[in-house]
Amino acid sequence: MTDASSAAPALPNRVHSILTESADMRRRNAAEGRFKLYGMAAIAVSFIVLGIMLWTIFSDGLSGFQQAKLTFPVTLTAETLDPKGNKNRDEMAKVTTVGYGKVLAASFKAELAARNIPTDGVTEKELVEIISKDAPGGLRARVLADPSLLGQTIEMTMLATGRIDGYLKGRVTMQTAERDGNVSPAQLQFADLLIDAGILKTGFNREFLTNPDASDQRPEAAGLGVAILGSAYMMLLVLIMCVPVGVAASIYLEEFAPKNRWTDLVEVNISNLAAVPSIVFGILGLAIFINFMGLPQSSSVVGALVISLMTLPTIIIATRASIRAVPPSIRDAALGIGASKMQTVFHHVLPLAMPGILTGTILGLASALGETAPLLLIGMVAFVDNYPSAPVEGFFDPATALPVQVYSWASRSDPAFIERSSAAIIVLLVFLVIMNVTAIILRRKFERRW
Amino acid sequence: MTVLFLVAIVLALAVVGYVVARGRALSSVKGNVRELHSLPGYYGWHGFIMASLPALALLSVWLIVQPMVLERTVATLMPTETTADQTAFKLAVADIRRLAAGLDVAVAQGAMTEEEARSLNSESSNVRDTLAGVGVALGSDVSPETLLAAQEYRVKSATGTLWRMIAVIAVAVAGLAYAVSVTNAAFRARNRVEKVVLALLIASASVAILTTIGIIWSMLSESINFFRQYPVFDFFFGLTWSPNFRGGSELGFLPLLWGTLYITAVSMVVSVPLGMFTAIYLAEYASPRARAWIKPVIEVIAGIPTVVFGLFALITVGPFLRDWFAQPLGLGNSGSSVMTAGIVIGILNIPFISSLADDIINAVPQSLRDGSYGLGATKSETIKQVVLPAALPGIVGAILLAASRAIGETMVVTMGAGAAAKLDLNPFEAMTTMTVKIVGQLTGDTDFASPETLVAFALGMTLFVITLGLNIIALMIVRKYREQYE
Repeated sequence: MTDASSAAPALPNRVHSILTESADMRRRNAAEGRFKLYGMAAIAVSFIVLGIMLWTIFSDGLSGFQQAKLTFPVTLTAETLDPKGNKNRDEMAKVTTVGYGKVLAASFKAELAARNIPTDGVTEKELVEIISKDAPGGLRARVLADPSLLGQTIEMTMLATGRIDGYLKGRVTMQTAERDGNVSPAQLQFADLLIDAGILKTGFNREFLTNPDASDQRPEAAGLGVAILGSAYMMLLVLIMCVPVGVAASIYLEEFAPKNRWTDLVEVNISNLAAVPSIVFGILGLAIFINFMGLPQSSSVVGALVISLMTLPTIIIATRASIRAVPPSIRDAALGIGASKMQTVFHHVLPLAMPGILTGTILGLASALGETAPLLLIGMVAFVDNYPSAPVEGFFDPATALPVQVYSWASRSDPAFIERSSAAIIVLLVFLVIMNVTAIILRRKFERRW
Repeated sequence: MTVLFLVAIVLALAVVGYVVARGRALSSVKGNVRELHSLPGYYGWHGFIMASLPALALLSVWLIVQPMVLERTVATLMPTETTADQTAFKLAVADIRRLAAGLDVAVAQGAMTEEEARSLNSESSNVRDTLAGVGVALGSDVSPETLLAAQEYRVKSATGTLWRMIAVIAVAVAGLAYAVSVTNAAFRARNRVEKVVLALLIASASVAILTTIGIIWSMLSESINFFRQYPVFDFFFGLTWSPNFRGGSELGFLPLLWGTLYITAVSMVVSVPLGMFTAIYLAEYASPRARAWIKPVIEVIAGIPTVVFGLFALITVGPFLRDWFAQPLGLGNSGSSVMTAGIVIGILNIPFISSLADDIINAVPQSLRDGSYGLGATKSETIKQVVLPAALPGIVGAILLAASRAIGETMVVTMGAGAAAKLDLNPFEAMTTMTVKIVGQLTGDTDFASPETLVAFALGMTLFVITLGLNIIALMIVRKYREQYE
């Protein structure tokens, strides 16, 4: 060996060593570092966008759970509200909300006078406008429910109008008020006085979760009650309709289906249905369930049917995976001691696959809960301000759904509805988080490795 | 007697069937279970199935057929010109139904007696006002023929409902009696029950096929209606989209296709690089611990409803792009634009591409990487020159699937892309897509006879065909790739 090394011609002055980096290697290592950096940057972009999105939604929406409310004693003058004086509900029902509005306005002014709050600079009309247009209706319902309130003075808390609410939350400022036809700077200054007097306060907005939707002029009164109820009805129906069919279909395809053309066709169909755009299911629902079968528009039953068909592939795919995960030895053992094929499946395979099926079902329902586009087509975007009645009739009543409410508020012009829309998303996300966490807990708790 | 009550009766009979059949099986062998062919429960279930299944099947058929038959019969009472064509017929029937339902409400509220509802005639009283009194609003005044038809409809449907109840209960009882009569020790109850269960399983599996048939049928039939009123050539090659509900609209498909493809292209420019680099980093570089928390966070994006991304496009991305790019560059001042929708759809698709690509990259055998390292390649060289080429077919498949999702995406474009159908190159201009127009033409008041409404079905059909085609190609590519390493 020593001969060989001494005989070799002297190398040109290029030092190749794995211990020192050549220029070429430096270049390649730099490329390596850059490549890795691109990967990290891509992930960082996703994280940042997700962060920005959640931040904007929470910063816009959290204030939706607070609401400016006015509290002052209201004298229910019997002369205006019950002109005949019989305390007869049918006669009293003839007094419209206009009458109650007058009562509220009179009480409001009386309270201002009693507390020596100066009202100069604010016209009479502007003064009354501070009270939400929704308040007289609420008072009317309360009085009609309990006519004995007539003539009494009750302490009432009612919503302030949307612009005043926006002022308390910083959305409306003196500058924007000057350009705004719905509110004047004088009203805002007056609102400051009301805050000092303790009449105007922000408090937790329970009505947002229970009230039905309200018209464009009354963003302060709009709530998610009907939407939450509609979504709950739909999820219940999806659970009833979709899960048994999905599980049965999966059992057939995994355990019984012979390898033939029909089975192939079903398999191809399911994988294709999973990729069909959701709006196509909306068209299907409109054409078949509403136009052909004559089911009522905007009802939760139609929404649930459409969403069931959409969710079916998801549930089938999840169920099949968990049935497949049950080892063949279980089946062999059951068959070996004389169980029929059907008994093997229903007594052994299915119970063992249950946790997986449950997890898949919850995740499928979670994605169904956020589905919007098909519901627009079957009319759930309509303005619904009556609660659907109790099941079973309630399934056929018009309703909206949470994600659809997000969309319909987002498309209204008043900026106060953007807050509502974001707040509705927060409610939707809370439901989604609950469902996903449940699924993860179930998976952790029952997951079994064979 | 409501349907629900009838179902309850049938189910009660079925429970009786379970108990009686099981008891009879047991008594036929004097309690010695071993002499029975099947376990006692199977005799019970046989009774349950025989009592409920045929009766429920009859009930569902009846529910579908009765209204159809009734419509045919009462329509003969209407003047012929009002039922001449399909649309007029549907309208007439809807009127009759609404009136009949109104009369039902009036009777239920006690505003009129059953007798009055039957003998009411339009000369002696104003039906519309009477019904308005009980909170039923009718669109137009009631013609004598409609009133007559509605009364006939009520009477006939009451008779039908009565017969329905009798028939369904009779079938249930007959099934029960049959099940009880065949029950003896030698009867193969288990085989029979298992056959029925298998049939139910097959029926469930066929729902997927029925759905596909339903989709194709519903869109095809209405599309054909549309193309009867609007020339096929003008639709597919028309350059203007200006629907006008008073007639004379131009419904050219190309501006919508252009908007759809433009937005999809922008979204792919965003989602492919970001999704691919995310997948590469997760599959090749990330430590197991980093992977364990990065992957779930990326999947959170996939779990967020698209309407949330729509709102994000509307209130954050749109104004941002307008104020920082479009206006300074003088490219327009619209918040909703191709860029807005495209970027947001791109973000929406990142987790989709990254999780598909992640699986595909992980499926490339380690031996290929080891061979590359052995030749002295760095990690990134290995990825670029060995792993990605090996995974290419799968990645192409994933990209096609993502493109199909972008084409079919609805909420983001509805809220972020605008509604103006334009053939324009400026990406900061508002444009519109097929899905936006489907939503636009089908929400609100719709008239299923006008081409302006029916065009949505033709658009839906085209959308369905495009996405289905992309999916089939993608699955074919993915499948072909899989065969190479297995």
